[in-house]
Amino acid sequence: MHKPRLQLQASFDIAYLQYLDKQGQATQPLPDFATPDWLSHCHRQMQLARLVDDRAVKLQRTGRLGTYPSTLGQEAIGIATGNALMAEDVYCPYYRETGALLERGVEIEEILAIWGGDERGQNFQRAPKDLPICVPIATQMLHAAGVAFALKYRHQQSNQPLQVSVASSGEGATSKGDFYEAMNLAGVWKLPMVFVVNNNQWAISVPRSAQTATQTIAQKAIAAGIPALQVDGNDIVAVAWAVRDAMARARRGEGPALIEAISYRLCDHTTADDASRYRSAEDLQQAWQWEPIQRLDVYLREQGLWSDAKQQDLDRELAQTMEAALNNWESRAPEPATAIFDHLYAQLPAAFYEQYDQLRDEQGGGG
Amino acid sequence: MADDKQKAAETQPITLVEAVTQALSYELENNPEVVVFGQDIGANGGVFRATDGLQQRFGTDRVLDTPLAETMIAGIAVGMATQGLRPVAEFQFMGFIYPGLDHILSHAARMRNRTRGRLGCPIVYRAPYGGGIHAPEHHSESTEAMFAHIPGLRVVVPSSPARAYGLLLAAIRDPDPVLFLEPKRIYRAAKQPVPDNGEALPLDSAFVLREGSDLTLIAWGASVKETLAAAEQLSRQGIEAEVIDPATLKPLDIHSVIDSLEKTRRCVVVHEAARFGGLGAEIAAQIQEYAFDLLDAPVQRVTGYDTVMPYYQLENTYLPDVERILAGAHAALDYSRKPEREGGR
Repeated sequence: MHKPRLQLQASFDIAYLQYLDKQGQATQPLPDFATPDWLSHCHRQMQLARLVDDRAVKLQRTGRLGTYPSTLGQEAIGIATGNALMAEDVYCPYYRETGALLERGVEIEEILAIWGGDERGQNFQRAPKDLPICVPIATQMLHAAGVAFALKYRHQQSNQPLQVSVASSGEGATSKGDFYEAMNLAGVWKLPMVFVVNNNQWAISVPRSAQTATQTIAQKAIAAGIPALQVDGNDIVAVAWAVRDAMARARRGEGPALIEAISYRLCDHTTADDASRYRSAEDLQQAWQWEPIQRLDVYLREQGLWSDAKQQDLDRELAQTMEAALNNWESRAPEPATAIFDHLYAQLPAAFYEQYDQLRDEQGGGG
Repeated sequence: MADDKQKAAETQPITLVEAVTQALSYELENNPEVVVFGQDIGANGGVFRATDGLQQRFGTDRVLDTPLAETMIAGIAVGMATQGLRPVAEFQFMGFIYPGLDHILSHAARMRNRTRGRLGCPIVYRAPYGGGIHAPEHHSESTEAMFAHIPGLRVVVPSSPARAYGLLLAAIRDPDPVLFLEPKRIYRAAKQPVPDNGEALPLDSAFVLREGSDLTLIAWGASVKETLAAAEQLSRQGIEAEVIDPATLKPLDIHSVIDSLEKTRRCVVVHEAARFGGLGAEIAAQIQEYAFDLLDAPVQRVTGYDTVMPYYQLENTYLPDVERILAGAHAALDYSRKPEREGGR
């Protein structure tokens, strides 16, 4: 049988980064940004995210909150990503992002409001240009590309420093056309943009192995001509280095990059899901062995930066923070029903007045 | 002398598609936040030449050819608009909007409400639409009713060069997303002088194109041409039809229609789109809600059939023509109430 002679046209490889292994041991010297203060901040924020998740799930179980997607086990990705952005950068989150939102200054009350069925939660008071959390899968990546275009446009028109947009997603989203179209455009237009993919192994019930035949998620970026890196997503130092490096490149005008952060969804998809229907208790138990908080805890203790006493103080402080947020959330007056019209358009068109008045009258003249 | 030349140019009659170019050019010139993008809109000036010369004039930073991906075109507009730009995105044909529908429906039209006013989406999605140019499959449909159903979106259709210019300026300046559907059958059907004075026309307001007291004809886009022709024929028979072009299909200015019905008491709605669930159904429903007692006849609908839009050999059979509009008009005019049924119920 004839075998033609072929010439190698292009070749690629995907690198993997880890600083702290699952026992909390440093596999290489940590980068300069990983100061004791920074590590302690991350340690605290990951625990805060876990506490918010835990309380939110309990609120849902007791009928006080709607469907909620926990970030349990994936806290390092959100905290490292949210922390890497500067105030003027723009974050374009998917829906499983409690930790990153906290790092962006979004209030716990706002997160609870979103999942408690109140749009006011998306009106982030301290992240005014960030996009709201995005529920339809992968669509936020195209929005982030548009945001990146706007940031680049402003930079070109006014010589402001180049700012960066960051889109987050799960690995399931990388099966969608929006993901490929966003990467393709970001590559060809050299947009200041970073894709952070939380590969938590599960898209509701579909495992990573049934999602794609590719060896890594990261290599999907190669098709769009943009650099990619795979990192241990439960090693907050590795995620932070990768996001910071990608953002620095983008800020220098070198274009987009993708980061695949490997983690594991220790929770159900949302409170409406029961993961025991499709994955084994053994697999879950195994995954708990490499979750992100424990390994940083071990590292900090071995460095003499953490102790039981400090942990007790932190537990008390976080509990107070959470209680205060819960009180604020629960004491907030509900919106009037007519709020459903108030932001439909910048100014309500006359054709809507009749429906508006009808609703207001049905609600007993409230407004 | 240059001024004189310019003035002469201003008063030269232009086509509808040239009026689109003129409006885009005016806004690009006067608002640095405006960016225009789509497939083949740069060097090629768009497949219908709606963006002819804009890239040469305003540069590749502001007038951009995109990769060939409609979902992307719809989606990046959302991101751009949330950061204060005024994106004007072109879909090459209405038949290729559907991959982008998710972004128009799920995001552009909802962003302001979702964020309780924090982020808006001042986007114009432009698309040539409608049949009648002997194009291949998917190039001829009119699905404006699907989009008019979407809360938070505006749907605007011009029917003359002057309205194309004034309404497109208004759409770009509007703080909310607008689907701007350009009737390609009349892109070059008629010329009129359109001064390039930057004066927008009002959105959300119908235009009375012809006054009359015997019958109200409602049409938009390319069908306005046949509807006005039908009105002229009726006039020769001594019947004066009022012709109303809603122009903004959502929100709909039903009150201009009701005002007309106060005079005429009879009404025909004309559209190219399929009848079932078309805009004619909404207009007829609103007329009977607001003006049942005014009517001397049921509202007539002269529309495309509830079939797939045929390939071009049969497209003129599908599209409402003057004859069908006249038949609808006569059905409305000739209608008289049946005598009450004997014996009641």
